[in-house]
Amino acid sequence: MKFNLIILNSLIAENNYITASCTISNNIICKNEKKIFENKKADLPGFLLSIYNYFNINYPRFYKMDNLCKLGWLTSEILLKDEYKAGNYLPQETAIVLANASSSLDTDIKYFDTVKDIPSPSLFVYTLPNIMTGEICIRNNFKGENAFFVFDNFDTDFMEQYINNLMDHTLVGRGICGWVELLEETYKAVLFLVEKEKRETFNLFSVENMNKIFEAANR
Amino acid sequence: MRNIFIASDNILSPLGYTTVENFARLKRNESGIKQHLDERMSALLFCAALFHKKDSFIKDGDHTYTKFEQLLIASISDALQNSEINPGDKKTVLIISTTKGNISLLETEVNNPSLKKRIALYTSAKLVAEYFGFANQPVVVSNACISGVLAILTGMRLIQCGRYENAVIAGADVISKFVLSGFQSFQAVSQEPCKPFDASRNGINLGEGAATVILSSREKYSTGIKVVSGAVSNDANHISGPSRTGEELCQAITKTLQDAHLSATDIDFISAHGTATLYNDEMEAKALTLAGLQAVPVNSLKGYYGHTLGAAGLIESVISVQSLKENLVLPAKGFERMGVTKPVNVCSALLHTSFKKCLKTASGFGGCNAAAVFSKE
Repeated sequence: MKFNLIILNSLIAENNYITASCTISNNIICKNEKKIFENKKADLPGFLLSIYNYFNINYPRFYKMDNLCKLGWLTSEILLKDEYKAGNYLPQETAIVLANASSSLDTDIKYFDTVKDIPSPSLFVYTLPNIMTGEICIRNNFKGENAFFVFDNFDTDFMEQYINNLMDHTLVGRGICGWVELLEETYKAVLFLVEKEKRETFNLFSVENMNKIFEAANR
Repeated sequence: MRNIFIASDNILSPLGYTTVENFARLKRNESGIKQHLDERMSALLFCAALFHKKDSFIKDGDHTYTKFEQLLIASISDALQNSEINPGDKKTVLIISTTKGNISLLETEVNNPSLKKRIALYTSAKLVAEYFGFANQPVVVSNACISGVLAILTGMRLIQCGRYENAVIAGADVISKFVLSGFQSFQAVSQEPCKPFDASRNGINLGEGAATVILSSREKYSTGIKVVSGAVSNDANHISGPSRTGEELCQAITKTLQDAHLSATDIDFISAHGTATLYNDEMEAKALTLAGLQAVPVNSLKGYYGHTLGAAGLIESVISVQSLKENLVLPAKGFERMGVTKPVNVCSALLHTSFKKCLKTASGFGGCNAAAVFSKE
């Protein structure tokens, strides 16, 4: 009986949980699957700025970011709001694994427009999608694993395996993962906070649960 | 942890179309870097390692693959030919590493929705996957200058977790006005051949190229070298400048060594990122010193290839693997006088002894760092 319990415990320890989620799409923000903000009237830059103002964020770096970084960074801010307990994790224990379809094409086009005149170094630096990861790391002093992948659609199967592998085999204690896509006025951001500890009614970190939250953000 | 073997590799660069050709030319101290004056790319003189405009990479003339895709296809073809791995096998995955892919199309084509789809990195990955008949959806890694090393680690991890048995990992980038103007706008491009770790270094040279590494968990495919471990870290400091202390690259190195149950003294040589910018090389020297690796021979291959962006980590890993096989470590071409405040052991001549383990590192924009260890079996 005792032996069985040990096996059961070790099985439970291998599971990871979605301890928070945040989605931003169709000018609506949902935190943990509940709508917390909506601003239907604004265009994309106006909508992003309205989020910054609504949540009383004070972070001047925000104004320098391109739209993709603003979107991903704001999603991470709201994801980690209330959940974020810096003391619980060392800087190297948080991993960020993101994906999208258009890489940094939105800013690539804007940067290339400046090349005809004077190439803009402040735009060029945003012509890499993982700059968004860097911005989230700088804000939160996260120094752990990073990866940025490009798929035509959010591959939750891949994401589940990649994050579970990091959390099972490395020092990573928690992962921030998801999809942050933006090209011109079309965008969608869905981020998950994944931790080892099961608390209250958190969802299992699984393909099904990621898909459920991802699909709900389409409505 | 299951063993992950290198089953085959390729380098396709201005120096040659196979790993063996490339290594032979590096041994003869030849570099692909030349001075260019090309007004379509830049009003200024610049040094870079570029393919000739006439170079062709795929034999059959009737196709619509871009240069970027042709480089990937040619590199993967050669690597696959030298292995028994079947792309159509459900247990084989294709991983593509690139920073800018087909971005040069912005310079020549009309910007419309179909162009945006054509430029999308997954479009190229799918075309390449279809060319070879890969059974699975390809994975694209685009994580600045660590993309190549991270793609190898991604392959290693996907095999470790049992999802696949084989990973075909290929990287490429093409140099055009887009990329060159960007690095020039940072004043990061040297007008002379670059000088990694040297006192008079003044910036990077860009380079074109592709490389492929095929990994497998099946020992029968092994060429005698394993990828043992690896890790990634972020500086959390600056989006376009490296860490001031090197602590975060050191963290990735230390983690990589710990995972493989190795200590600094087990590493026989290091293939560093060594871009020849003031700040990168300084940061790397600090990181290597913090990791206790200051006495270990270290090189940078940027003096031969320039910075090949998404291909760099792969090209440099393949050369390191070849160094292990031939027991020959190459000098950091361009290096003459120690130019970093922590004097690391930069190779200035061919080193010929028995080598067993190599550390590969890379760092990039966004504050990212990666490390991997390759070992003889």
